[in-house]
Amino acid sequence: MAKVTIDGHTIEVPDGTTILQAARMIVEDKDYVGANIAPPTMCYYSKLKTSGGYCRTCIVKVTKGSEKDPRPMPKPVASCRTNVMDGMEVQNLTSPDVLEARKGVVEFLLINHPLDCPICDQAGECDLQNLGYEHGKAMTRYDFKRRTFQQIDIGPYIKLHMTRCILCYRCVKTADQITDTRVHGVMNRGDVSEISTYIKNVITNDFSGNVIDVCPVGALTDRTFRFKSRVWFTKPMDAHRSCTKCSGKVALWLKGTEVLRVTARKNIWGEVEEWICNECRFEKKNVNDWTIEGPRHIERHSVISANHYENLAQLKLDVSKQQKQLSALK
Amino acid sequence: MQLTNRSKVVSKKEMTFVERMYLPAIFSGMMITFSHFFRKKPTIKYPEQTREFSGVFRGQHVLKRDENGAERCTACGLCAVACPAEAITMTAAEREPGEEHLYREEKYAAKYEINMLRCIFCGDCEEACPKEAIFLTDRKVDTMYNRGALVFGKDILVESLENPIDLSKRQTPEVKEFKKQKGYQHNETHDLNTRTEMDPKNPRPVQKKKLGNS
Repeated sequence: MAKVTIDGHTIEVPDGTTILQAARMIVEDKDYVGANIAPPTMCYYSKLKTSGGYCRTCIVKVTKGSEKDPRPMPKPVASCRTNVMDGMEVQNLTSPDVLEARKGVVEFLLINHPLDCPICDQAGECDLQNLGYEHGKAMTRYDFKRRTFQQIDIGPYIKLHMTRCILCYRCVKTADQITDTRVHGVMNRGDVSEISTYIKNVITNDFSGNVIDVCPVGALTDRTFRFKSRVWFTKPMDAHRSCTKCSGKVALWLKGTEVLRVTARKNIWGEVEEWICNECRFEKKNVNDWTIEGPRHIERHSVISANHYENLAQLKLDVSKQQKQLSALK
Repeated sequence: MQLTNRSKVVSKKEMTFVERMYLPAIFSGMMITFSHFFRKKPTIKYPEQTREFSGVFRGQHVLKRDENGAERCTACGLCAVACPAEAITMTAAEREPGEEHLYREEKYAAKYEINMLRCIFCGDCEEACPKEAIFLTDRKVDTMYNRGALVFGKDILVESLENPIDLSKRQTPEVKEFKKQKGYQHNETHDLNTRTEMDPKNPRPVQKKKLGNS
């Protein structure tokens, strides 16, 4: 066991835990009240092995290396790839240096990003949008031509917009780890590297649709939902069906009784709880296919929470109360 | 609770002889009436005469076209989510190849409706618009005989190619100065990098006439 202090909160975690996981453990703790001290992540995904270490969004400052060697680490470190040591002291939100460095990281991520949020279907639930918003870097100083790519058709279900990609490798690792044949990977190197499938090898695996959910930006989006509606005009509902391939536990995005989109349920870290199959995701677009459990919980600061009522029983009670009052007036 | 100092206590004293005559009271009342004849008239003869409008009067909306005559609106939904009266609804559609001269971006509003009965002309839609597509103008909304006709669609809202709406008077020098900043130029010029799916064989046709100001 190792004792680690992050932004003044001490927790004891098993050896081999990363700083990021320890910070998440602190926030997940029921007794914890305060700011979200877990560093933001763009490439790390706890459900995918070997993910993380690419984007540098999660950098933190280690002010005390360990009990035995109390020297601070010379540079900010990527918290998703750095294991905790006993007696380690870490600064995230409390260090102005970290916030300043992270601002620079956000600006680098936005260098080639087209900022076409008004068109993008991911807008409203986009990690990069949130990151840019939180760090006040919704713009870039970059003057030169942004990289562009030839459009590649990767099948009828998934739409790839390579210009929006930040090369986090999450989709590649998803395709590698949860599907049995990999037809999807990163081609070329450096500035011109791109996510692609081998020509003619469209993504047909039963679980390939999950790359949409892991994508932190709008590079991989649901083609059956393309331009159907903005996310904040849809009503997210928890629903399930009996599926032979997956757990069948999903989030439905409804407009009236029309199922516009089916996604996996995401936890507070924006990570998929249970992978779902393509049949559930793309083919069950009738509300009668699903057993609806109730409205999904949406964080209050999210734009999706506009006009989103989570306690339907309370809402019905309020409406009937108002109607009674109105009829009494007549 | 006392709201003003103008309240008077009603006295039920018996009236004097002068008061009982009523004539002085009538006379003083008539004097007030006469004096009003020589005052400046507060009314105007409306259709022939119109009042001076403020330069930033907020009237009927317009959906602007860009300098090539393509519709600026991309149906991003920010105006609808900003609208406090929930007056705006829209449906998006994908631009087909060959429609580049009609729509600026790869997505456009196939249907765009503003319920003018709901609209409170606050201008939040104008402020929210990232594409400088929707503006409030100095035009008044016409009266209608039925409610349905006041749900304005794209046929009324989109400016016509022949009669572009001039917004230059509404833009104060501060606004023009603000728009000169580099970060805000994405709506002014055609930045080819943001358009991912433009067909190189079908470049945007250049229109001879320059439209509007924005």
